[in-house]
Order: sequence, then C-alpha cells, then structure tokens
Amino acid sequence: MATTSKRPAALEIPTGTENALGQAQTWEGSLEDLRGLVSDRAITGETMLLNLGPHHPSTHGVLRLLLELDGEEIISCLPDIGFLHTGIEKNIESKTYEKAVTLTDRMDYLAPMSNNMVFSMAVEKLTGLDVPERAQVIRVICLELTRLNSHLVWLGTHAMDLGAMSVFLYCFREREYILDLFEKLGGQRMMTSYIRPGGVWRDLTEDFLPALEKFLGYFPGRIDDYEKLLTDNPIWIDRTQGIGVVEPEEAIALALSGPCLRGSGVNYDIRKAMPYSGYENYEFNVPLGEHGDVYDRYIIRVQEMRESVKIIHQGIKKLASTSGHFRSSNRKFVPPPRAELGRSMEAVIHHFKLWTEGFSVPDEEVYVAIESPRGEIGCYLHGTGGNKPRRVHFKTPSFIHISALGKLTSGHMLADLVGIVGSIDCVLGDSDR
Amino acid sequence: MHIPDALAPAATFEEHLPGVLKGTHEFREELTLIVDPADIERAIHFLRDTRGLIYNYLSDISAVDYFDSVKGYGDYGDRPARFGVSYHLYSLLYNRRIRVKTFVDEDVAIPTLTTLWEGANWLEREIFDMMGIHFDGHPNLRRVLMPADWEGHPQRRDYPLGYETVMFSFNADEINKHKPYVKE
Repeated sequence: MATTSKRPAALEIPTGTENALGQAQTWEGSLEDLRGLVSDRAITGETMLLNLGPHHPSTHGVLRLLLELDGEEIISCLPDIGFLHTGIEKNIESKTYEKAVTLTDRMDYLAPMSNNMVFSMAVEKLTGLDVPERAQVIRVICLELTRLNSHLVWLGTHAMDLGAMSVFLYCFREREYILDLFEKLGGQRMMTSYIRPGGVWRDLTEDFLPALEKFLGYFPGRIDDYEKLLTDNPIWIDRTQGIGVVEPEEAIALALSGPCLRGSGVNYDIRKAMPYSGYENYEFNVPLGEHGDVYDRYIIRVQEMRESVKIIHQGIKKLASTSGHFRSSNRKFVPPPRAELGRSMEAVIHHFKLWTEGFSVPDEEVYVAIESPRGEIGCYLHGTGGNKPRRVHFKTPSFIHISALGKLTSGHMLADLVGIVGSIDCVLGDSDR
Repeated sequence: MHIPDALAPAATFEEHLPGVLKGTHEFREELTLIVDPADIERAIHFLRDTRGLIYNYLSDISAVDYFDSVKGYGDYGDRPARFGVSYHLYSLLYNRRIRVKTFVDEDVAIPTLTTLWEGANWLEREIFDMMGIHFDGHPNLRRVLMPADWEGHPQRRDYPLGYETVMFSFNADEINKHKPYVKE
C-alpha cells in the first residue's frame, strides 16, 4: 500500500469495531479485567469503584487512582500512570551524551539538578572522566539548593492539600528566590542543564555567592515559620499522625527510598552510604523517623532542609579554599572555552568534533545512584562503543513510590488518601519519564 | 550484635550453588554475576538470604536490547541472546552493590522477583511494556507507561522513533486518509 505517512505499521490504530486480534473493541472496559486486582465485592457491585484523577488537584500532576470504596474506607487502590510519558529514555538513544543532558531536566522538573547529576555521573563513570574539586563543590551546593527547592514545593502543596493554605504562599516565596539563584547560575530557572559530564557548564557568576549568602541568612528563620504553622498544630497532627504507616521491613520490600524509607527508621542515605562528589567531607545528620507515618515523613523533610543549609554553608567555605577549574580540561570529552578558539587550531578541532560527532564511550554498562530529594534516583547506562547510548534507564523514586500506594492506602479513609499521596512526594514527570 | 564477615559473592556461589554461575564480569569496580534466566529467582534469593551476602535491597531492574540494525537479527556479538536484563541489588548491611545479569530471547520468560520484593512488581511491568520480556508468575503483567491497547514495545532497538509527516496542501489528502479520525 503506497502511503506518504512514515508511520510504521505497528503504530497504526485499527479502525472499525475490532482490533488487530479480532476482539471487539469497547470503550467501557469490563469489570472482569479487574478481577484479582480489586476484591470480588467490587465485581458484584457491593463496593463502589471511584476514579480519582488524572485531573484531580491533590494528585500533584496526572496520577489516576482507581479506588475501591466501602463507604468512605479504601479497600484497594490501583494507581495508573503514563499520562506524562514522553519517551525520554528512547529519545536519549538517538542523541549524543552531551545533548542528552537537557532531556534529563524534563523528568523530575522539581529537581532538575539531581537528574543532570545522575546522568553526568553515569557518563563520567563509563568514560573514566575526571571532575575537578571545585566543580564537585559547586555540584554539592547546586544539589542541596535543588533539595530545598523540591522540599519547599512539596511542603507547600502537601500542606495545602490538607487545608493549610498559607504555608503554600510562604514556601513559594522562598522557592522563587532559589529559582532566581538558578537563573544566575545557568540562565534558566527550572530546566537548568547546569551540571554536565566533566563538571558544570560555567563558573559561578559574581553575583551568585552574595545572593546565596543573603538567602542562607534568612532562610532558617523561614523554616521556623513553617514549623510554627504546622509541627504543633493539632489539626495537622490529627491529619497526619498514624496515617499511612509503613513498617521498616515493608518499606524495604516495597523498595522505597529517600524520606519515605528513612521515615520508617531505615538508615539509608546514599550521601552517607556511598558518598559521591565529595559528600564524605561534609558534616551533616541524616534524620530518621520512628513511626513511618505521614507526620514522620513531614518532619524528616523539614529537618533535611536544615541539614541542607548546613551543607551549603560548608560548601561556600570549601569554595574559597579549593583551587582548580569548574570543568574537566580533558579536551576529548569537554569542549574548549570560547576564548581558546581564536588562538588554537587544536581547540577548533576539538570543538568541531565534540559538537558534531560527540565522544565515544565503551560498550559496557554502569549503574549509578544518587540521593535525589525524593529518594534513590538511579541511572543505568549502556554504551555501544560509539557516540550514542544503547540504553539508558532511569530508576526513579516516584515510580517506585506510586507503585506502593496501593499498600499504603488500603484500610484508610478517603480523606486520608490525599495526605498519603502528598507524603510520598511523587512527581509524575519523574515516574512517567 | 555480631555481624558475620562479608563474603565474596562469586566464590560463595560456587561453594553453595555450583553450576548456577555462568560467568562474572567486572567493569569500573562494578561486579556482574551472569546466570541463566531460569535460575534468576533462585540466585537472587540466595544473594538476599545468605549469611555474609545479604543483598537485601532491590535498587533497580533494567533491560537492554542488543539488536543491531546493521547486523540484523541473530548477531548479538559475544552475547548469547537478544536482551540483557540487569538486576541491581544493594546490601544495606555491608554497603555494597552487585549486578545480576541474564540474557533472554523474545520467547523466553524469566521467573518473577515479586515473590522476594513487592517493589519488583512495577519494575518488571515496565520491562514487559518497554521490551516485551515476559515474567513468569507475575501477578499483574500489564502495560504500565504505554496505553493498554498500544502495539509493539517502544524501547526495542528495531522500534523506530517515529514522527508525523508535515502537512502541506499537496499531501494533506493523502495524510488525512491515514489519520485515525473518529468516524461518524
């Protein structure tokens, strides 16, 4: 059949009432498809099936939950994701390594630096590329700022879901300042692409450090303000304590990570366990919870914000004492600075090679994991020996945490679901990729 | 509490489960154990529960397609089959990582890990969705990211990225003929 369309046959959607297998297509779906996933009472109509989302404001994006309700009690909860699937992993397979960094921003749009970092670290591990000390310190400062940024958005929206409206406005005020800081760094507020293989894109601008110190001066007081509004608030305590409890063994079985795992008391923070980018040289605590409920996960994230402030302070001190460049000077992987191009023929050749062909990595696989604000974000990278990856897979914390929602919510009231979904801090761009 | 000394995974394998280990590979200090697909659950159960190993945290399951568009089907270099499935485990006790890898073809199913970690559920669903690899005994092996009626497995190397032809007046009729518009 001659056609101008380049769509492969596999993508053609069959027309008519039958699909390619000859089965009748209906738009209603059948309850029989859900047998085994919901209780048998739902099939007979004794309990109610309720569709929450994907356009519900408390789902923080496009998360769809199919709930089975007995009155107001949740019997089972089936999360449905994929509405934000953009094929980032597939796209990266057709890009060179340097170009792929910009795509990683778009996964977890509240923590772009963590995504840049994990991908850059995977590339550095595959190629054996060095990262200068100064670049490592800048990276740590950026990662902790990202953690503050992400936790502020989480705190604001989580509190608003549970009815504390004013916290949202305060959190976004401070978050706005962090985005301004990012703009000073890389020219972009959200999709920074600042951390690149071999270091960071450019050195800190002159106005960055004074602005950062101003922020650090007033920010701890602002955390006190949030805590004043929430921590001892009886309504907040009623809504969060004893809700969505995860036992430590269960948390490990569900492969949770980050504050969700530490909320249950499991001490696993990759910054401490397997330090990267020089985290072993910083002094900070890893807050742990006791009860594994929504309240503990809240407290942990608030304390993590205080720890992040401590780390950034130490980072600024280190910055003054470390010499060196902000990016590796290995010209086989890192393009030369613009100024060199007018003087050196070699620089022109390197520049041309890197921006057309890119660099090649060995036909091997690596797995790198770092502690993102949400938990363990992992990057599995498999090279081909050429300039494009064979496969890149991101193990994202939101994906795992959403898969655990069914376990976390069953037996709770419908109103508590909002608190539990908020407490696992899912970002749908992160889970769907 | 006395914590037993950490053991070398490959040597412990040979001692207790002889013949299961098909090979090891090390790259940039990452140790990979290669096992047959049928042995995957047994091997990982052993790694999780043996004294001195205790790889008790499931970090990730990833799959890779070795199909080469130049060489075509059947030529996967020194790899025995088309797909590689990598299980990344972490030991909370000994603070170390390991990769267990297995090679499968399209028609071979791998035993599920959902019996060991519930968190493996969606990771395996994602691999089924993206690569079309089946997992035996999985409670709910449906697509997770792509729509339920999607055809094909997008992360396979022979699956094109795809794009839409730009519509101009000279080719609009031809393109419209093939678009899946809703029919009245």
